[in-house]
Amino acid sequence: MRIKLEKRAEPSRFMLFATPVAAVILTILIGAVLFQSLGYDGLGTVKEIFFTPILASYKWQDVATKAAPLILIALGLSLGNQAKVWNIGAEGQYIAGALAGALVAYFTPQVTSHWIIIPMILAGVLGGAAWAAIPAFLKTKLNVNEVLTSLMLVYVALQLLGYLVTGPWKDPNGHNFPQTAPFSDAQLLPHSIAGTVIPPGLVIAFGLMLVFWLVVSRSVYGFQVRVVGAAPSAARYAGFSANRTVWSTLLISGGMAGLAGILEATSQLGQLNLGFPSNYGFTAIIVSFLGRLHPVGVFIAGIVLAITYVGGQVAQTTVHVPSASGGIFQALMLFLILAGDVLVRYRLVFKS
Amino acid sequence: MTNMNRRNFIKTVSATIALPAMAAKSFGADTLKVGFAYLGPVGDFGWTWAHDKGRKFMVEQLGGNVIGDYVENVAEDASAVPVIRDLAQTGHNLIFTTSFGYMDQTLQVAKDFPKVMFEHCTGFKRADNVSTYNSRFHEGRSVLGTIAGMMTKTGTIGYLGSFKVPEVVMGVNAFALSALAVNPKVKVKLVMIDSWFDPAKEAAATETLANLGCDVITAHTDSPATLQVCEQKKLYGFGQGADMSKFAPNAHLTAIEDIWGPYYLSRAKAALDGSWKSTDTWWGFKEGSVVISPYNAALPKEVAAAADKIQAGWKDGSYNVFTGPIADQSGAEKVAKGVVMSDGDLSGIDWFVKGVEGA
Amino acid sequence: MTMDFIISVIITVVGISTPILLAATGEVIVEKSGVLNLGVEGMMLIGAITGFAVTFATLNPWLGVVAAASAGAAISMVFGVLVLSLGSNQVATGLALAILGIGLSTLIGTGFTGMIVPQFSSIFPSALSQDPFWRVIFGYSPLVYIALAMIFAVGWFLNKTRAGLVLRAVGENDLSAHSIGYSVIGIRYMAIAFGGAMAGIAGSYFSMVITPMWAERMTAGRGWIALALVVFAGWKAGRLVVGAYLFGALMTLELYAKASGFQFLPSQFWASMPYVMAIVVLAVISYRDRSGSEAPACLGKPFLPNS
Repeated sequence: MRIKLEKRAEPSRFMLFATPVAAVILTILIGAVLFQSLGYDGLGTVKEIFFTPILASYKWQDVATKAAPLILIALGLSLGNQAKVWNIGAEGQYIAGALAGALVAYFTPQVTSHWIIIPMILAGVLGGAAWAAIPAFLKTKLNVNEVLTSLMLVYVALQLLGYLVTGPWKDPNGHNFPQTAPFSDAQLLPHSIAGTVIPPGLVIAFGLMLVFWLVVSRSVYGFQVRVVGAAPSAARYAGFSANRTVWSTLLISGGMAGLAGILEATSQLGQLNLGFPSNYGFTAIIVSFLGRLHPVGVFIAGIVLAITYVGGQVAQTTVHVPSASGGIFQALMLFLILAGDVLVRYRLVFKS
Repeated sequence: MTNMNRRNFIKTVSATIALPAMAAKSFGADTLKVGFAYLGPVGDFGWTWAHDKGRKFMVEQLGGNVIGDYVENVAEDASAVPVIRDLAQTGHNLIFTTSFGYMDQTLQVAKDFPKVMFEHCTGFKRADNVSTYNSRFHEGRSVLGTIAGMMTKTGTIGYLGSFKVPEVVMGVNAFALSALAVNPKVKVKLVMIDSWFDPAKEAAATETLANLGCDVITAHTDSPATLQVCEQKKLYGFGQGADMSKFAPNAHLTAIEDIWGPYYLSRAKAALDGSWKSTDTWWGFKEGSVVISPYNAALPKEVAAAADKIQAGWKDGSYNVFTGPIADQSGAEKVAKGVVMSDGDLSGIDWFVKGVEGA
Repeated sequence: MTMDFIISVIITVVGISTPILLAATGEVIVEKSGVLNLGVEGMMLIGAITGFAVTFATLNPWLGVVAAASAGAAISMVFGVLVLSLGSNQVATGLALAILGIGLSTLIGTGFTGMIVPQFSSIFPSALSQDPFWRVIFGYSPLVYIALAMIFAVGWFLNKTRAGLVLRAVGENDLSAHSIGYSVIGIRYMAIAFGGAMAGIAGSYFSMVITPMWAERMTAGRGWIALALVVFAGWKAGRLVVGAYLFGALMTLELYAKASGFQFLPSQFWASMPYVMAIVVLAVISYRDRSGSEAPACLGKPFLPNS
């Protein structure tokens, strides 16, 4: 008997929804076997990584805190990915956004009004967008591959952060440690909305999810983005500008990453230091694919990924697996979701 | 998983929610759960590795009375908060956070868990339930400086640092001052590599220092790369954090060993018998937190004797490398004759002493 | 400045450049075939731990290098199956490979911390390898010569052989190559495996030559610099050597400047240079030659013959 792939006339809607779920379940199964065979408690590991963060209510805040930046970044990336604009430098835009917001904070330590948060956040969005404008410019003017330029710019942003926190922005009262002065009380957002476990970033992410959903499914712009991605020649025929799509998707995804960066800085860390970059920008790429590039899917996928982060930490103390295990589960999940894509577009045919 | 029914699910949820309270109860007064938050992986063979050795020592010594758990690779950002909180929530009564970058995060969590005892390594902010602790590595550095000053033939010694943070600056200064004390013509060439761990860059920096005439090179980074290059080039070096002689049997003159075990043991004992109080502890040679590894057989007797004398001086209090007069790189006097720098001055130090070149 | 001083500088530059060069030599073949594999860092780490572990077990560094190459090729096949046979997105799959490699190497390596392994001995007589002058040519680890031999082989392969022409054709226009009967998928599988093997050897250079030991993430981001190098070199084998040594020279000169006490620009400026230069070069070659830039036309695009 031979198994053959046969192209479907229409992508399977069932598979579109079923494969992400199957990918998560398969990740759990494969992970259990892998860790068991490596001499760890396989079942215990998957239990701690995937279920403890859901079942233990005191972990919900941590999950929500991790999920917020992932969702924010992935919402923007998904829009670009629909247009086949591959921004993989969100990590750099996340840092650039935080730096731009911190720049406002740096010049306004004496301001006591909480309204200072607004220009900080706006600066964050602009900073992220500006960092993404470089690949957009190079792509539209010179046809330079945006995958490479956006990736390279991540490392430039990292060095810029390193320079600022060890140099001009170093906290004069910080015992010479590489970090900025703490933001003032006025410049801080609370860790979570009063009386709840929900960080402000997650509320904003939820609101923006609705906006993105509306834009993608109802607006001409959303249609344009999809057409440019799916059928570039048809898009040209319809008069949709590919360049404008490149610009807009990169600026939006950069701005979203920048927003995530400044929100993280002002509501969670309260300053910038060398430890600020947390790979959210890269993990958000997994979120975007796991969420099937759909805003609602991205929201759910962001929470799933956040669970693996939190669970990975839990598993270290309870079943004593190394911290790298969380990453292994994340990579497995992405591999499986990508492999599952094939079932959306093709069907398996069994021939004897 | 799919056939888990609703009632079961609710039962599980409520059982798990109740977990923190139950966990705290299920361990009697004679069992202590100790949690550690580590910066690097336990396999870094450097900073985190040394702390983990201390954790193991504590567990061994106290037998069944203590459980020691850890979380490794904890980023020095907001995500340290949930990690530390998780340790507190899962019934750890004594929690060590082992990097400077966890300072505010430790205090933030400690506020929510007044009954849990916290210990933050290398920080300077304390609370009723937050102690700070560190080791006087600079005591060890002054022994290495003495040896280097006597062993160098070129009169130029290399020093490879990570970042210009007080702990590193203190080490450089202690090293340079003690080397100058035995060899007034000595120069210390300093290179900061902007990383705690990057073996390739550490190796290149060591080769650079060697090429600039350094024949004894010490490092304040986390890998044995410097030693391995010294071995290859037939120069002398020192181990950092642990006895690294097996990586470089000829080059390795001695090493500063970070020994956290006795401190962890004493704090766990204090937690067990209820005598734990918030303090600031800065142990050195005397308390066994800083230990000098066995000397290389190639070390001449008089050098070994001079090194022993420095160590003995620290132990009985007759020696302190930071005794004035001390001038900075520009030659300006920073510490007057006969004055000993206070711990407070040291913990914020950001200038290098005269005799140090580069930065 | 004496000759001895200059020779020592050269030796440092070559040492720090070689792993980047090794990994980039593999990646250039992968990208020339039209595939973008961003997982270099992960494959390097898999190579680093495998090379170390096998050398530890067999006490033979040569077996270690062979094992590192095999492991790099093997893990690259996970990527290969996904992007070639299942047509998945190359960017995301490559990233997943990087994450997997970092995690898996850590998991495998837990037992090897603090161990030591025998090192390569020089392939030249010590009269040459330790001669104050001739060491500039003969004084390196065997892997340095392997790196140089491979880059010459790859240059020759790409430009002078029929198989190289076919590989480039597959990367420039996969549909045409397919229609005249070449196996696009088969050729790309081989290219990816080669890239994985070279990344594996590059990784072993860290755990067996620079610092013969295992430590987690010991490659410290060199996989990403290798990706920048391929771009910087404009996908040309000859320029890879120049670029690798230039990147290495930049880092080395910065160290010299620091140790000598003068520093005109912050070190972060120098550390970001490889990436900035890669972007600039990319922009320049695209500007100069908009139609036929050296970037393989199919880079990163899935091959879907029946769509």
